Amino acid sequence: MLEKERDLVGAFMRGQLSRRDLVRGLGALGVSAASANALIGMATSRALAADFDWKKHAGTGVKLLLNKHPYADAMIANLESFKALTGMEVTYDVFPEDVYFDKVTAALASGSSEYDAFMTGAYMTWTYGPAGWITDLNEWINDPAKTAPNYAWEDMLPGLRASTAWNGVPGGALGSADAKQWCLPWGYEMNNLTYNRDMLAKAGVAVPTNMGELTEAAAKLTKDIDGAYGVGVRGSRSWATIHPGFLSAYANFGQKDLNVSADGKLSAAMNTSESKAFHAQWVKMIQESGPKDWSTYTWYQVGTDLGAGASAMIFDADILGYFMNGGDNAMAGKLGYAPFAANPAAAAPTPNVWIWSLAMATASQKKDAAWYFLQWATGAEHGLFGASKMDFVNPVRQSVWSDEGFRARLENSYPGYVNQHDVSAPGAKIYFTAQPLFFDLTTEWAASLQQMVAGQVPVDEGLDKLAASVDRQLKEAGLG
Amino acid sequence: MTAADIAAPRRRFRIGARALPYLLSLPALLVCIAILIPFGTAIYYSLQRFRLSQPWARQMNWGENYLNLFTDPAFWNTVQVSLTYAALTVGLELCLGLGIALLLQKRTRLNNFVSIMLLLPLMTAPALAALMWKLMTNPNFGVLSWLASLMGFPDFRWASSPDTALLTVVLVDIWVYTPFIMILLLAGLRSLPTQPFEAAALDGVPRSFVFWRITLPMLTPYILTASLFRLLDSIQQFDIIYAMTQGGPGDTLLVFQVEAYLNFFQSTNVGRSAALMIILWAITYVLSSIFIKNWLRLRERARGEA
Repeated sequence: MLEKERDLVGAFMRGQLSRRDLVRGLGALGVSAASANALIGMATSRALAADFDWKKHAGTGVKLLLNKHPYADAMIANLESFKALTGMEVTYDVFPEDVYFDKVTAALASGSSEYDAFMTGAYMTWTYGPAGWITDLNEWINDPAKTAPNYAWEDMLPGLRASTAWNGVPGGALGSADAKQWCLPWGYEMNNLTYNRDMLAKAGVAVPTNMGELTEAAAKLTKDIDGAYGVGVRGSRSWATIHPGFLSAYANFGQKDLNVSADGKLSAAMNTSESKAFHAQWVKMIQESGPKDWSTYTWYQVGTDLGAGASAMIFDADILGYFMNGGDNAMAGKLGYAPFAANPAAAAPTPNVWIWSLAMATASQKKDAAWYFLQWATGAEHGLFGASKMDFVNPVRQSVWSDEGFRARLENSYPGYVNQHDVSAPGAKIYFTAQPLFFDLTTEWAASLQQMVAGQVPVDEGLDKLAASVDRQLKEAGLG
Repeated sequence: MTAADIAAPRRRFRIGARALPYLLSLPALLVCIAILIPFGTAIYYSLQRFRLSQPWARQMNWGENYLNLFTDPAFWNTVQVSLTYAALTVGLELCLGLGIALLLQKRTRLNNFVSIMLLLPLMTAPALAALMWKLMTNPNFGVLSWLASLMGFPDFRWASSPDTALLTVVLVDIWVYTPFIMILLLAGLRSLPTQPFEAAALDGVPRSFVFWRITLPMLTPYILTASLFRLLDSIQQFDIIYAMTQGGPGDTLLVFQVEAYLNFFQSTNVGRSAALMIILWAITYVLSSIFIKNWLRLRERARGEA
């Protein structure tokens, strides 16, 4: 490496130069973009290796269980740098999301040591953790002999760190002092508005800023835009219908899923008068301006309708809007993003989050080696690589969000995305009560919502029935 | 070759006459064991409070899972939906299968060709058929939605409405499985003795009379066999319903298998899931017993008449 190039890379490593400026500087010195990336990779590997024995597990192989996802793609694209850094081998199985969690459950429940680490959502760890299938990662995070000094755990967004840590006590607060770190945040989604700028302009509709405005705007868009409906939200009979836009808005009105009594007993909290009012508004919005076959809608249909121009807005994962604004989607380049506080009286949005995370199997025979992979995959370097070069959004580290190059890339191609993130991130966390019946109760909640939207049951009665059923199930499980 | 080699003939492995029956039945015995062990395990689990996410709470609760199910209105909804689905699919498929079989009864090249072509849906995995129908019933671009709008139903919601969800999945089931009934009944029709029909033709007996008094009674054993096969399959329906609606909207299509699947894989509630499976086994056992008893009675009657 010539002296000027070395100086530039050195400045980048000391944090005096952004990645974009470095690549530009290297370009000015006649270094191609590909070579510049290779130089950066080598330099960062050296920097990572400087104060830590990354080669300790050289020759060891770890096996991963992955969901087919852009986060996994970004990791696989950068895997060679991990292998070069550690001398370790990494193999993996990738499954589509439809069957992924069944595979994880089967692998973990069988006690198989085949997979050392795997992708998971934070909600799933409420089952895996108490079952003893996954390991508390605090043991590694807090061990300087096993964790590189520049891992910077505190750099992870605080809401995400807390949301992936639970003490295992039903109703226990996430991120409490005695919480176990069941998984490491890897990439995450907040739930906000993504809208079709052309459609809103054509209908003369301003970007809604609260639930009332959203309902009105969606109705007007349904009426005025030919071939499109107003707002896309999920509706399938699944827990996944409750956690995105629905719970984000619900939490914004100060409502919660369960009450936790002083003696730790849980009871249903979704049949308060405020909750009933919110549900009524949500149901009305879907009936007036949602997709016709809403009750079959998963994230996939919500996203593809927006990308195809069949819907004018979605209140769902921000990264769904991100992906629909690119590729060969008909509406690519026409989407805008906005933070959304459903409650007009709320100071800020309260997006409930989905966090793709990495966890370690208790049955793994190579935990220390697996930890090397986990800390690399969730480290700032890989995070920046994925966010800058691949579609590894949303990154979970503050340092990546502070990177000028990454922000500029988003600003240029995804108008409003950075702002919606910055405004919403402080309130982004899991708003559910952590407890082992999470999937039972939220699936039933979704089923009740379907009945309300279909007019099978009035909202008030539906919520009272739901609350009674929830209480019965909690009692049966010894939690209520 | 030495003299010793010639003197010692090769010893042949011989199985004693006593051991032979056991050896021959060994594969069947192994299969039985492979069925009985999970069955016994399922009964054992069904008597436990056993949720993977609460290992500390695992204990025998001796039938509490069953009691909880029997006092849960959602369970009775599951029973009702499963039985309705099974009755509708088997009944309609039987009528349609019989109708098609009667149309194709005569052995002609065209009929043989059509009967083979009609087997196509059986070659399609039910889950794939469900996805295909899901696309065809999509309100934006589905061909069936378009046809419904031409027929004056522009807002027909298919599987997404509780009013029409059952109809939609039954239609998919009919599309996939009617050929199965058709082929069994066609084989039955073509194997019926010709004399009674020839005698009826000579006497000028009306065709409807021939159908009700000769064809149908003689075909009844085949109808019962086909119904039994389909009933056992239909009451365990999972893939079509799960792929189309996951049991929704609401609890409209929450049949046994979907409920048990969700209980195990999503809720990790092994005890409740096992109890549901055991109850489904009991229902299936009772229904098959009724069918087999009737089938045997018919056979006895046929022998008696002969």
